[in-house]
Amino acid sequence: MSALEPILLTIITASTPLLLAAIGELITERSGVLNLGVEGMMIVGAVMGFAITAMSGSPYLGVVASMFAGMAMALLFGFLTLNLMTNQVATGLALTILGLGLSGMLGEAFIGQPGIKLPVLHIPGLSDIPFIGTVLLSQDILVYISLALVAAVYYFLFKTRAGLVIRAVGDNHTSAHALGYSVLKVRYLAVLFGGACSGLAGGYLSLVYTPQWVEGMTAGRGWIALALVVFASWRPLRLLVGAYLFGAVSVLQFHAQAAGIGLPSQLMSALPYLATIVVLVIISRNQAVTRANTPACLGRPFSPDR
Amino acid sequence: MRLELEKRSEHSALMTVLSPVVALGLTVVAGGILFAAMGYNPGEALYAFFIEPLTNQWSIEELLVKAGPLILIAVGLSVCFLSNNWNIGAEGQFTIGALAGSMIPILFHEYTGPMAMPLMVLMGALGGMVWASVPAFLKTRFGTNEILTSLMLVYVAQFLLDYLVRGPWRDPDGFNFPESRIFDDAHTLMTLGDGRLHLGFVFALVAVFVIWFMLSQTLKGFEIKVMGETPRAGRFAGFSHRGIVWFGFMVSGAFAGIAGMAEVSGSIGQLTPVISPGYGFTAIIVAFLGRLNPIGIVFAGLLLALSYIGGESAQVALGLSDKITRVFQGMLLFFVLACDTLILYRIRLIKSAPKAGGAHERA
Repeated sequence: MSALEPILLTIITASTPLLLAAIGELITERSGVLNLGVEGMMIVGAVMGFAITAMSGSPYLGVVASMFAGMAMALLFGFLTLNLMTNQVATGLALTILGLGLSGMLGEAFIGQPGIKLPVLHIPGLSDIPFIGTVLLSQDILVYISLALVAAVYYFLFKTRAGLVIRAVGDNHTSAHALGYSVLKVRYLAVLFGGACSGLAGGYLSLVYTPQWVEGMTAGRGWIALALVVFASWRPLRLLVGAYLFGAVSVLQFHAQAAGIGLPSQLMSALPYLATIVVLVIISRNQAVTRANTPACLGRPFSPDR
Repeated sequence: MRLELEKRSEHSALMTVLSPVVALGLTVVAGGILFAAMGYNPGEALYAFFIEPLTNQWSIEELLVKAGPLILIAVGLSVCFLSNNWNIGAEGQFTIGALAGSMIPILFHEYTGPMAMPLMVLMGALGGMVWASVPAFLKTRFGTNEILTSLMLVYVAQFLLDYLVRGPWRDPDGFNFPESRIFDDAHTLMTLGDGRLHLGFVFALVAVFVIWFMLSQTLKGFEIKVMGETPRAGRFAGFSHRGIVWFGFMVSGAFAGIAGMAEVSGSIGQLTPVISPGYGFTAIIVAFLGRLNPIGIVFAGLLLALSYIGGESAQVALGLSDKITRVFQGMLLFFVLACDTLILYRIRLIKSAPKAGGAHERA
């Protein structure tokens, strides 16, 4: 029991940033926009979260800052792909390259500075329950937010009218437009939501996962989040499972290294990336399912005059 | 009053040429604003970044050394991108090309015959192709998204390099530094003149010519463009979708691999844990800025190489962070993509929005 607890705790820590970034991208993609810039939005969120925390002393202010930083990046992406109708794949790549550059520059002053960790929310009474309380109910606010977001996104997408509109815009923007819905407005909101979530995911990395600023600290997690959305076939509950499975793989890898398994550490470190490829292959082998679930207008620009 | 985009009836030829220039202009302006915001004299900083590196022979040579891999990788990527295949893992193919190309100098260093160099180039190309074959195979066989698989392999390649340099390929006489042995003269690319410029730049120029010839003069070039723009029409013409995926990945993988091998053999002279300042990713910018056109890519490659040298020069002259280089590169790509809209659309200024526009206006 007591040996399991720290492992479970680290799995939650490893899974939360993936879950946060992926749940945002899920909404973005459901509206028909493919934003490959998750990594870029995440890393800018990470650096801004750290910087504002370091300057203000309040990690909560840092969390808010990381969210707005992600949204600012997403706004840039939205302007290009939605207003100027640029290629979404190329623009997403540009967002990642710009984000990595910007974060490197902004974060230079903070390298090596000790960070302030986002505090654990202690729930009186509940957090002391053995196991359930000490593992599940002794987390920081971002973990709770990530789990609440999954439930909220599920409810929103499948039980509300606005969720139906998002899905309609993503599946057939021409019809949605003809019905009088503003395709661009819906997509802007979806892109901004994705940016906010990616920013939070970045903030989680620099405020909880390793409370410090390291250049390039997202280390491909934004791309793994993108893969998770495909893996979950755009469904929030499957996304929850996927993110935690992935978190588990990356944590067990650390424990295997620590336990002194005779494999090179680099091979173990490469495991999450290899696992991503394997997962993508497994999911894409079943083409019919993937095709049925992919938002039909994913990646296609919309211009109202057509 | 608002701006509206109006679709042109055909591509604007003028804008096709002009848009990268406009994008560059906007990048310089935005860069000046950025420098000013950071408290530097924008004129001075821009001079140090863009002009000063062109004022002495040493840095012009260094410019060509850095432009070599960028152009070579980008021209390969352009084939891939033109056929609508998204190989964004050139950085990984570059790394594996460097590893494969280093096998002779590290594992068989006694072999210094005249065939050593050609074999190393071949090995580099093969290494890049092997790494690129994974996303190509997964895409053609299972329909797996090549963007994610090719990118994931970048990380795997870097871990492999790290493992080899710290483990089996470490120089036994290297005082435990994570470096391979220093390459023998026979395994070092010939330099042009007596500076740092090596044969890698010539490889790039040859690749540019070959791809230019293929795209503009051969059926294969036509096939690539048709499959990229209208795959349905291409299938009616009997072109193979799988074939074109493989072709794009193999060409871009081979070129990236050769670039990696040339970087290690020509510029560094040994394997180290980090062998590239992100050439594989910057080459994506080069390909787009060069309009996926081989000749355009030469100019774009020189410009992006300048951004690397400019970053170093501004660091020396003004104490600016060299991180600014990547910001410039990112901004440049953004402006290029934004300006490309002008090729397909013209911007109209509309005085006042009519209220009773119905569904159209709500968009």
